Amino acid sequence: MSKKRSPIKRRAVREAVAANLERRHRRDRRLRRMGLAAIVIGLGFLAFMFVSIAVLGYGAFRQTHIRLEVNFEKAELAPDGKVDKKALAQADYQRLVKRALRERFPQVRKHRLKRQLYHLVSSGAGYRLRDLVLAHPRWVGSRRKVWLPADDDVDVWFKHHGAGARLTKAQQEWLASLQERGEMRTFFNSDFFRNGDSREPEQAGILGALVGSFYTLLVTLGLSLPLGIAAAIYLEEFAPKNRWTDFIEVNINNLAAVPSIVFGLLGLAVFLDFFGMPRSSPLVGGLVLTLMTLPTLIIAGRAALKSVPPSIREAALGLGASRMQAVFHHVLPLAMPGMLTGTIIGMAQALGETAPLLMIGMVAFIVDVPHGVLDPATVLPVQIYLWADSPERAFLEKTAAAILVLLAFLVLMNLAAIWLRRKFERRW
Amino acid sequence: MTASLTTGQGPATDEQAAFMAALDASAPRKEEPAAAPEKTVGVPFLEKKVTLSARHVNVFYGAKQAIFDVSIDIGKHEVTAFIGPSGCGKSTFLRCFNRMNDTIDDCRVEGEIRLDGEEIYAPEVDVVPLRARVGMVFQKPNPFPKSIYENVAYGPRLHGLFSSRGELDDLVEHSLRRAGLWEEVKDRLDAPGTGLSGGQQQRLCIARAIAIQPEVILMDEPCSALDPIATAKVEELIDELRRKYTIIIVTHSMQQAARVSQRTAYFHLGRLVEVDRTDKIFTNPAHELTEAYITGRFG
Repeated sequence: MSKKRSPIKRRAVREAVAANLERRHRRDRRLRRMGLAAIVIGLGFLAFMFVSIAVLGYGAFRQTHIRLEVNFEKAELAPDGKVDKKALAQADYQRLVKRALRERFPQVRKHRLKRQLYHLVSSGAGYRLRDLVLAHPRWVGSRRKVWLPADDDVDVWFKHHGAGARLTKAQQEWLASLQERGEMRTFFNSDFFRNGDSREPEQAGILGALVGSFYTLLVTLGLSLPLGIAAAIYLEEFAPKNRWTDFIEVNINNLAAVPSIVFGLLGLAVFLDFFGMPRSSPLVGGLVLTLMTLPTLIIAGRAALKSVPPSIREAALGLGASRMQAVFHHVLPLAMPGMLTGTIIGMAQALGETAPLLMIGMVAFIVDVPHGVLDPATVLPVQIYLWADSPERAFLEKTAAAILVLLAFLVLMNLAAIWLRRKFERRW
Repeated sequence: MTASLTTGQGPATDEQAAFMAALDASAPRKEEPAAAPEKTVGVPFLEKKVTLSARHVNVFYGAKQAIFDVSIDIGKHEVTAFIGPSGCGKSTFLRCFNRMNDTIDDCRVEGEIRLDGEEIYAPEVDVVPLRARVGMVFQKPNPFPKSIYENVAYGPRLHGLFSSRGELDDLVEHSLRRAGLWEEVKDRLDAPGTGLSGGQQQRLCIARAIAIQPEVILMDEPCSALDPIATAKVEELIDELRRKYTIIIVTHSMQQAARVSQRTAYFHLGRLVEVDRTDKIFTNPAHELTEAYITGRFG
């Protein structure tokens, strides 16, 4: 210990501290306020976005219907006299709809006006009638009042109380008359969850995109989970630490930051052009998304493995476990919650991905709901992109509604990740 | 073991270590201690009953050499204590005996180590049976995050040492009894091993190690994370286990070395300075470095 006196006097120190104290506290408070403001602004934007999408998309879950008295004439439905399933399935129901409209508005005589009249009801109304008749064959030969889906312009007119719809004066008068008599109302739009895409907004649904997303994610999960876990285990537990593994590590980190559209180009060149896999299929989409999520998964997996204390490995090795036994008996079970969380977050990322799928043709207009990983399909975010691009006003609310569905799935997946982490988190 | 023996000997806390380090840095020693000798003084080699013998062992971490030409015999069914200041290589040397150093990527071991006459660093030797013969207890208790039962049963399961569930139950009970833990945990074998107190956890780790009947047990500062009472229990256990197992214990506490060991080896900067009977080392050390260490002139 040095015997010399310290060059600073205690009193001077105390005075200096006291002089600075107020300023330091002020800075603390300012920083805290700035942080709080940043959070409030961020949350504000988020809330604004959610509310505006919800307000916009809410309408899509309801569909305007018009009540018409339809004459299920036997002669029309079964021209050759036999009332069987085949005849009923092939009958021209659109004519029944048109006739019902003419009967409701007998004053309309001009051909041009008649065509305007027919446009009040969705072009899918015939299918609705067919479904009803097939479900109730006894209706044949009777007159019944049925609710039929309205055209998208009528839907917009009705929901927005006459604003912004592309309807002629005559059409608006007819609608006013229908409304007056209570022959118009909205129902829950189950078609939205039952149909694939359509050119007609009132018939367009997201089932095709949902199923497409499901198959795509299935392929992604099935490939990226085993590959990601195996790669993480190898790199973390078995690979020698040398220049090669350093090189691989740097590259994995870089791949995680590569713009996703580049993976789309890779998929186009490799999977479609070279291997000749089916265009627009969930299989190729899943492969491309696997490439995209693998780096994320490997990084999350390695972090999870790294967080398992080395003492657990040593304990197992010290008892004579082989390296593989130490990993599979002790390290992997402890790392699993972290790995699964990483997987779900990777999957959520894949669920929201659009750009790479555009490159492999999943942006095509596909009406049919896919039945396997080889069928042409589209996915939720691409469906949103497609609808957002459509000129019909009614697609606006469809777009917002599809966004709501996508967000709901993302929230569900993130909740699942949190739940998994809580459930399997163990202390040691 | 009576309580009075343990007084004045607490676990080496971080604070103490920091204090010692500070002392070391701020107060240059008056007299530089003599350099470690080229040749180990005392009695490194035994005539008979040798379990482990090390000859000319050098250990390297990358380019840095951690152990310099160490040769020593470890007697059968006795406790050998490795003592020495921090960083002197005693733990590194201990881990040579069950090849735990293999798990460190750039660690290299030269020289020869024989277990019952068999070279353990020979290329054809598999570490799995070796580690079944040479068990290890670590500095920090490291039970698996599983039940107490599963902790003890893991080794036997790994090597397939039982043919029925009843046999395994017996083995678990026997091991826990030998570790002096049975009475404390017999009613909660399904409780997690990590829920026990520190001392109990360490005894669980000892039970886990002896469940596969090793010949040697390596203990790497087994009491440094324990309080004095738990330490006393573990020391008592070590004394008991000596009858059936060869034990090497690395310790920072000279009192502990004096209490539990029959032979003591003093390491300094990677060299083995002196080995002898414990009473000889503590009463009449032959080398001045040993004397300086046991009288507390540096640590």
